Amino acid sequence: MILKYLNAKHWAAIAVCVVLVAVMVYLELEIPGYMTSITAQLTGLNTDMDVVLADGGMMLACAFGSLVVSIVVGCLAAWIATSFSMRLRDLEYSAVQSFSLEEMNRFSTSSLITRSTNDITQIQMTTAMGLMIIIRAPIMAVWAITKILDKNWEWTVATAVGVVAIVTIISIVMLYAIPRFKRIQGLTDNVNRVTRENLSGIRVVRAYNAESYQEAKSEEANRELTDTNLSANRAMATMFPAMMLVMNGLSLAIYWIGATLIDAAAMEDQLTLFSDMVVFSSYAMQVVMSFIMLVMIFMILPRAMVASKRVQEVINTVPSIRDGPGADAPREGTVEFRNVSFKYPGTSGDVLHDVSFTASKGETVAIIGATGSGKTTAVDLIPRLYDATEGQVLVDGVDVREYRLQDLRDRIGYVPQKAFMFKGTIESNVRYGHGSEASTEEQVRRAVGIAQAAEFVESKEGGYGSEVAQGGTNLSGGQRQRLSIARAVCRDPEIYIFDDSFSALDYRTDRVLREALKREVSGATMLIVAQRIGTIIDADRIVVLDDGEVVGMGRHEELLRTCPVYLDIARSQLSDEELGL
Amino acid sequence: MSPAPGHGRRGPPMRGAKADDFRLAWKRLFEYMGSYRIPFLVAMVIACIGTVLTLAGPNIISDVTDLIQAGVSVFDQDHGQWIVGQMDLDRIVSLCLLLVALYAVSAVLTFVQQYIMTTISQRTASNFRRDISRKINRLPLRYFDSSTTGDVMSRVTNDVDTLGQSMNQSISTMATSVTLLAGSVVMMLYTNMTMAATAILSSLAGFAFMAVVMGRSQKYFDRQQTDLGAMNGHVEEMYSGHLVMKTYGGEAAAKAEFDGINRSLYRSGFMSQFLGGLMMPFMNFIGNLGYVMVCIVGALLVMDGSISFGVIMAFMIYVRLFTQPLTQISQAVVSMQAVAAAAERVFGFLDEPEMEDESGKSARLDHVEGHVEFRDVRFGYTSDREIIHGFSAEVLPGQKVAIVGPTGAGKTTMVNLLMRFYEVNSGDILIDGVSTRDMRREDVHDLFCMVLQDTWLFEGTLRENLVYSKEGVTDERLDEVCRAVGLYHYVQTLPDGYDTRINDASEMSAGQRQQVTIARAMIEDAPLLILDEATSSVDTRTERVIQEAMDRLTENRTSFVIAHRLSTIRNSDLILVMRDGNIIEQGTHDGLLAQGGFYANLYNSQFDPEEE
Repeated sequence: MILKYLNAKHWAAIAVCVVLVAVMVYLELEIPGYMTSITAQLTGLNTDMDVVLADGGMMLACAFGSLVVSIVVGCLAAWIATSFSMRLRDLEYSAVQSFSLEEMNRFSTSSLITRSTNDITQIQMTTAMGLMIIIRAPIMAVWAITKILDKNWEWTVATAVGVVAIVTIISIVMLYAIPRFKRIQGLTDNVNRVTRENLSGIRVVRAYNAESYQEAKSEEANRELTDTNLSANRAMATMFPAMMLVMNGLSLAIYWIGATLIDAAAMEDQLTLFSDMVVFSSYAMQVVMSFIMLVMIFMILPRAMVASKRVQEVINTVPSIRDGPGADAPREGTVEFRNVSFKYPGTSGDVLHDVSFTASKGETVAIIGATGSGKTTAVDLIPRLYDATEGQVLVDGVDVREYRLQDLRDRIGYVPQKAFMFKGTIESNVRYGHGSEASTEEQVRRAVGIAQAAEFVESKEGGYGSEVAQGGTNLSGGQRQRLSIARAVCRDPEIYIFDDSFSALDYRTDRVLREALKREVSGATMLIVAQRIGTIIDADRIVVLDDGEVVGMGRHEELLRTCPVYLDIARSQLSDEELGL
Repeated sequence: MSPAPGHGRRGPPMRGAKADDFRLAWKRLFEYMGSYRIPFLVAMVIACIGTVLTLAGPNIISDVTDLIQAGVSVFDQDHGQWIVGQMDLDRIVSLCLLLVALYAVSAVLTFVQQYIMTTISQRTASNFRRDISRKINRLPLRYFDSSTTGDVMSRVTNDVDTLGQSMNQSISTMATSVTLLAGSVVMMLYTNMTMAATAILSSLAGFAFMAVVMGRSQKYFDRQQTDLGAMNGHVEEMYSGHLVMKTYGGEAAAKAEFDGINRSLYRSGFMSQFLGGLMMPFMNFIGNLGYVMVCIVGALLVMDGSISFGVIMAFMIYVRLFTQPLTQISQAVVSMQAVAAAAERVFGFLDEPEMEDESGKSARLDHVEGHVEFRDVRFGYTSDREIIHGFSAEVLPGQKVAIVGPTGAGKTTMVNLLMRFYEVNSGDILIDGVSTRDMRREDVHDLFCMVLQDTWLFEGTLRENLVYSKEGVTDERLDEVCRAVGLYHYVQTLPDGYDTRINDASEMSAGQRQQVTIARAMIEDAPLLILDEATSSVDTRTERVIQEAMDRLTENRTSFVIAHRLSTIRNSDLILVMRDGNIIEQGTHDGLLAQGGFYANLYNSQFDPEEE
């Protein structure tokens, strides 16, 4: 249960709430008592105004007391709900932070976002509202019923019938409507998907003159959504009038029964019966309202349960990659793969099979191969985004699993396939991360310069302080890629990993950038994953991967002669004369 | 077909969303309802009638109470004897029956009114969705340059949803609440002036106090919205950038930022939750206050003998009826504002200028040779910046044109102009001597097959994706095309063949997606071709297959290829070199190399490492 994340203070507050709600219910149920007394005074022949005033005063005092208590309860409930959700949010965020790529992929980013935002909001709302209702409604219902029970049974039966009728009505309508409302979610997504499709493919739609085709599709999705919406909402339209009918009917029944009872009673009982009747009608309403509340909460609860289950799944997930014991290796910049095999959890085939190679200090090692040959997976093992299934990956002579993660990753400048930009400025993006935060302006400029981004950055109005939108949407793909490279350079690491990080650059920039890197950070080891032969043609060593296995290793010219897979790739990009064959 | 970002869609209700022109928005909304306007007015009238019936209830209850009271025997202490009550049961029963009828009719009326309003708002929302969907295809592409997909999406979803849900509620709540409020005031005044003054004044005193509290709380509601937005933004950013955050050791910094937002959200959330929760207890207290005041003043009046006990009973109900609409009206105003704001945004989209109507144009090409001529074409995406300055070129039937240049050089501009996605500023593009401006856009589109870089597939069957809008394509033709693009074997392995559904989850590789789009163009089989030859994330074997398929597609067609492969570029009849949006060089491979300009530089830099 998610409730285990409530701490002792929360439970204490809940206990106080229970007591206070009981006080509140007591006060509220006292009110009809004074009403009886006032009614008796008013209906009798000899009305004593002092008694009316005294009772009226007491009644107001009760009402005011109940107001004060409910403000206190409201305050406690708001505190419980918001501090509870703050705690959950914190636990969940920390859990996600500790996730490795495996867990990220298992949950999917968009699902994790919903789990950390909407689901928690859902839990907070239900806690705040549910807490009040779940405590109050049963106390109120039970207490009001005991007050009613010793009165005439005819009224009690009428009230019971009313309660049953209302609960039945709400349940039937909800049982009909709730599945439809759930379906509406999916159908809304469907409408959105069709629209998004039309928008993202707008050129194709127009080029193929397929406007009416798309419109027909979207009309179909629209029709389905509207039909379901109509049937669900029409069902809901019956609920309110029906509830009102039952409640009005109940108070009417109480009067009607009262009239008959009074008529049949002995003279001396008639006045008591009359006051009872007036009071009873208000108790009966309290009972009915409590039941309505209870039914409602049982309708809302399942949604919150689903949300809390989703949140707990995240919190309870133990990341597969954790800190090692710690190792104190000198920072050299060597990388070694020793008979490394890797398979994704839950799959049978090896993505990497018995891969071995070394990159010594200052060397440039390139990895090339077809899509799905395991290039990215191979470099992902170095900063421990995944762990090798078999064999060892060593950085500076020590198994990567020995290091503390922070220490390991501080040695590496990793440039991912997809250049990611944070909201902020160009500068804040370049000096991102542990160790880089303190870099001087000069270091930032140098990094940007090496990454061949100085020209476009300086031509911007705000220069290094220019705004970067979330996801870097106000930069082009090539600009993002260069800044992402600058970010790695700014850390001044011993090992660079470029995972297809030059793909959005034109050949010329690609080349100039690599030359600048070579010149400026000559002591660093570089691992380059690439698709383009041009990018890796002058590497010290090229590792050719095919289906997860090393099928060739050496320099460009050697591989052209000895490795058919490499020759294949080369020929698909360059002509024989360009390759010098 | 990327998954929707997790924010925005089912967020908390918009608070304080205000329309620029509230009245105009509602006026247009009313006009938009079209044939639903009459039922709409009928529903309004029904709502008012239903409310009036509700108001009649307390008066009858009051009579019933008086009748029952008359039946109660009372002991007269002064004379020491019982005064025997006379209960008129027949009259009580007939009044009760009247009440039953009244309640029943009022329930039916409320139901009918809600049914009509629900139907109208859902149908109106549906019409909005349909019109938006049509509008998307009638807007010039220029519009989508300046607005994001997310913006249009938010109109289709959030705004239309707001309309569908709140239009119904807000307006009918408003109608009934106003009627109830006015009605209960009238009835109270009619029944007894003194009692009415008591009830109204004591309720209003309570409300004045509440208004002060609520006014104070608005800023916390706003702050909570801001904090929620910041939280969603941060979470979305950090989860999407997880890889970078981890590899750069940004955990601590991110956590610190998160903690700050989380604490701030806790504070504002607590205040809004607390203040928002005050509403109900205050309402209860106001009800009780009114009640006690009515009792006390009523008691005095009863002792005076100026009213009967039944009047007090009636007023107990009136007080409740009077306080209830006051809160509802304030809520309805907020939600009518939100509806107006949503309507304004939707109308804003529907009002965007559409593409020129071309039903009058008649130029058509029946037999297309494929001769294309650019005649002094000038173009700019914005009026103040021309990027193509007087471009002229002639392409003979069957020739291949390669468009090359660095990323961001504006290579798609040529596609945009050829397809008339954008209109040239001046000059002309002629196909077989006919200006494309004299043809209808759809007729121009019919002349081209197009394969774009982003391999756009939609959710549907493979057949639908291949055939798309073309009619009468046989399975034999599909087989033939799939063989040509190397997709045939893959189709054979699919459980339902061509009828297999394709969606985000389906395991189609980037290469296969590209093959499908090429096959789609082959099926289209138009005389000219536009091809964006992106071959990024495909393995070598697939790439070869795709290249062959593309080559086959260019056979016997005048082709415009946004080229990335050197072989394509070298083999083309004309190379257009683009930079910063403009065409800076044109010619053949050898010619351009001999020129030693930008192209030569670009070409040489990629495979000659010793240069420079």
